[in-house]
Amino acid sequence: MELTLWTYEGPPHVGAMRIASSMKDIHYVLHAPQGDTYADLLFTMIERRGQRPPVTYTTFQARDLGGDTAELVKKNIKEAVERFKPKTLLVGESCTAELIQDQPGALAKGMGFDMPIVNLELPAYSKKENWGASETFYQLTRTLLKEKVSSSDKINPLRWKELGRRPKVNILGPSLLGFRCRDDVIEIQRILSEQGIDTNVVAPLGASPDDIERLIDAEINICLYQEIAEASCEWLKRNFGMEYTNTIPIGIKNTIKFINEVHEKLDLPLTNKEELENKSKLPWYSKSVDSNYLTGKRVFIFGDGTHAIAAAKIAKEELGFEVVGLGTYSREMARQVRATAKDLNVEALITNNYLEVEDAMKKAAPELVLGTQMERHSAKRLGIPCSVISTPMHVQDVPARYSPQMGWEGANVIFDDWVHPLMMGLEEHLIDMFKHDFEFVDGHQSHLGHTATNTNDFLNSEGKKEKNSKEGIIWTESGKAELTKVPFFVRGKVKTNTEKYAILRGIPEISDETLYDAKAYFS
Amino acid sequence: MSKVEFNKETGPREVFCGLTSIVWLHRRMPDAFFLVVGSRTCAHLIQSAAGVMIFAEPRFGTAILEEKDLAGLADAHEELDRVVNDLIARRPEIKTLFLVGSCPSEVIKLDLATVAEKLNKRFLGQVRFVNYSGSGIETTFTQGEDGALKALIPLMESSNEEKLLLVGTLANNVEDRFKKIFRNLGISNIESFPPRQSTELPKIGKNTKVLLTQPYLSDTVRDLKHRGCEIISAPFPLGIEGSTKWFLAAAKAFKISELKVHEIISPLINRAKLALDSHKEILKGKRLFLLPESQLEISLARFLHNECEMDLIEVGTPYLNKDLMKEEINLLPDNTKIVEGQHVEKQLDRVRESNPDLVVCGMGLANPLEAEGISTKWSIEMVFSPIHGIDQAADLAGLFSKPLKRNQILTSKTLVTH
Repeated sequence: MELTLWTYEGPPHVGAMRIASSMKDIHYVLHAPQGDTYADLLFTMIERRGQRPPVTYTTFQARDLGGDTAELVKKNIKEAVERFKPKTLLVGESCTAELIQDQPGALAKGMGFDMPIVNLELPAYSKKENWGASETFYQLTRTLLKEKVSSSDKINPLRWKELGRRPKVNILGPSLLGFRCRDDVIEIQRILSEQGIDTNVVAPLGASPDDIERLIDAEINICLYQEIAEASCEWLKRNFGMEYTNTIPIGIKNTIKFINEVHEKLDLPLTNKEELENKSKLPWYSKSVDSNYLTGKRVFIFGDGTHAIAAAKIAKEELGFEVVGLGTYSREMARQVRATAKDLNVEALITNNYLEVEDAMKKAAPELVLGTQMERHSAKRLGIPCSVISTPMHVQDVPARYSPQMGWEGANVIFDDWVHPLMMGLEEHLIDMFKHDFEFVDGHQSHLGHTATNTNDFLNSEGKKEKNSKEGIIWTESGKAELTKVPFFVRGKVKTNTEKYAILRGIPEISDETLYDAKAYFS
Repeated sequence: MSKVEFNKETGPREVFCGLTSIVWLHRRMPDAFFLVVGSRTCAHLIQSAAGVMIFAEPRFGTAILEEKDLAGLADAHEELDRVVNDLIARRPEIKTLFLVGSCPSEVIKLDLATVAEKLNKRFLGQVRFVNYSGSGIETTFTQGEDGALKALIPLMESSNEEKLLLVGTLANNVEDRFKKIFRNLGISNIESFPPRQSTELPKIGKNTKVLLTQPYLSDTVRDLKHRGCEIISAPFPLGIEGSTKWFLAAAKAFKISELKVHEIISPLINRAKLALDSHKEILKGKRLFLLPESQLEISLARFLHNECEMDLIEVGTPYLNKDLMKEEINLLPDNTKIVEGQHVEKQLDRVRESNPDLVVCGMGLANPLEAEGISTKWSIEMVFSPIHGIDQAADLAGLFSKPLKRNQILTSKTLVTH
């Protein structure tokens, strides 16, 4: 049993709903009690979808449990098929139905329909949303293509040359409730088409079962979001010999690397290599002199695996930040995140517990947080600027404007989204610096409010909690005054370090001099 | 009873489960914690319905069952014990801990009553434990509050003191208004259930006169009756008419003259009618379809027809207690079509066929209907907004006039289209 106050991912059947809702001509019959219908609002409210998710919930009740719930399942399947006439039917169960073991998938297969039926077994008590989405997409691909496995030759990625046409690729992984997927797909298609590469199928977003069946018309697959598409890409590689790309085109370096990888796999000459650096404004904006202040900014990163890893690379190599924390809630990608963290000399944080993330954030004393909506709230409490880089989705993460994360425009968006909150942070610093000037009206504050700028509050609130652990240490007036002069964004770190130093040296009272002693000691 | 048409429907539903009511219950009692014993789905449901990220640490959480808990029941009890210990160590300010059953905990027959009993002994004098079920196989949406209140009744001490007990969660400002009006009427001993602090439970007995503020409290009412309380029969205090009759019923139970009531509330009524007028202008003659969700639907239909002159196409309700709703049903116009239960697909067919001006529905259905050109109002808003009482009648009407007004603005012919 795990105590959860808030969760980064939903249950695995919500992942299945993401696939079903992303696609056309599919219906999902979900054996589940009525409360599970809440999941519709994720799509209709957060994504502002004008259609209901294509899901029929059996909504069994306690009184049904004594009777025949299997009959109820069959009745719902029959009605759903008649009403929605799907080309492919997904059948599965949520956590409660898993316990009563009606095996709805097997029931559906025995009902004599001639459409393909995918029996989804998604263990609700051990797996989560992204796994459920990945498994659903994989099972769907496998079901719709397995008959073609034996009759098809292995796909030669160079066959487009013999066929006398432009090379074709599939873009796999984008789905509803995925971070900025809608716009990433447009950006990536635009980049590929500029390079003379056609998109065969985008899936699951916007695809129909017919589209899945023609995945093998393409030469290679673009695995755009590993969390969702890697299992399917791997199956297509194993059974049809289709190669797939590993590079996630977020940031300039990885977008260029991605373009190179696609060209290599297709044996297509890259003719505009020199142009690529200038496709986005990020390199120049980052180089321009007023970005000097970005150098060495301490940044704390937490999100899904794909976006956290990408953010770490951009932060370090393209914006010149210092990554002081990196973590993910995607256990499936823990290994990769650990490897990235190791390169950056930080310890990776792999957790589902947002309070642990908040603690780590506090300890790392960053100047910028890149995280999920939850880290945005944590950062706000700590008075640190934040930009959101990852799911779980919030209505704010589905902006009206074109706002990809990938490719050239994605890099532009990232530059603005990360740097603007930091400028606001700088503004906050200036307010702090000039607050003693007579022109300064008391009560003036930036968007961050006064969360962590008031040293006395800071000392009081922090001091109370830590009294036991740091027994006997007293901040003298000169010590407090000196601490006020430290910029707010490192004040927490300076305070902790000074106290640490005082304990180490057995100094009972912290004066202004102690602060400087500690500073010298730790530098 | 007016000639109301009663129908029952079964099939796939689109409603929240009782766990959702934790969202307003925890705000009502800031010293209580609600621990759902359930699955990741339960945790995800509550956070999705409540948008809980604004909390540093919310006063509700889920003990998520894992595969190893399902293997043997003894383990699950021990695990729950551990989670509760951790929780109380972390949140020592908690005075009452609700163990809330869910669909999976009910199906595996996790005995939360026994767990609560054991914990009560261990934490005697520090934390009280009560249990109830918010599971979707037994409860919808607001029924969760019914379960929570029912679970508190055994903790309420007995007293034969005469008092008026308002039962059902109210917004604090509305509660204050009501108490002031009752005091002006001459009823001085007034308490609320649930109280603002979970430890300040009212004492009850044969001289307790219960006045319901919410229509979804069937089980609570039954147990209060068992404790000797008198239930005052009245419509619910939504709108001017409902609130007036509600005050009158309470006054009658306390032998206060009708004249006195009218004297006190007439100025309020006049003021409220004035405020209601602008909304009535928009709502008048508009056709309304209510999908089942909060059990407030019948009272809302009565208000929107009788006071705002809307036409009722269909009034859905997830559950109908005809006894408790008697006074409300009597006030409905003849031939009102009430549908208990749901077949969401067939009901949506009827929505489309009847071409309503406004549909009251859950959040999952609102945008899809809007996309079809049908104006909607979320039913969840009724349980979060202060809508009770004469003073709030215009605000309540405003919740329904706003989407229509907005629709008018956006489809206005003066808008330049591209």
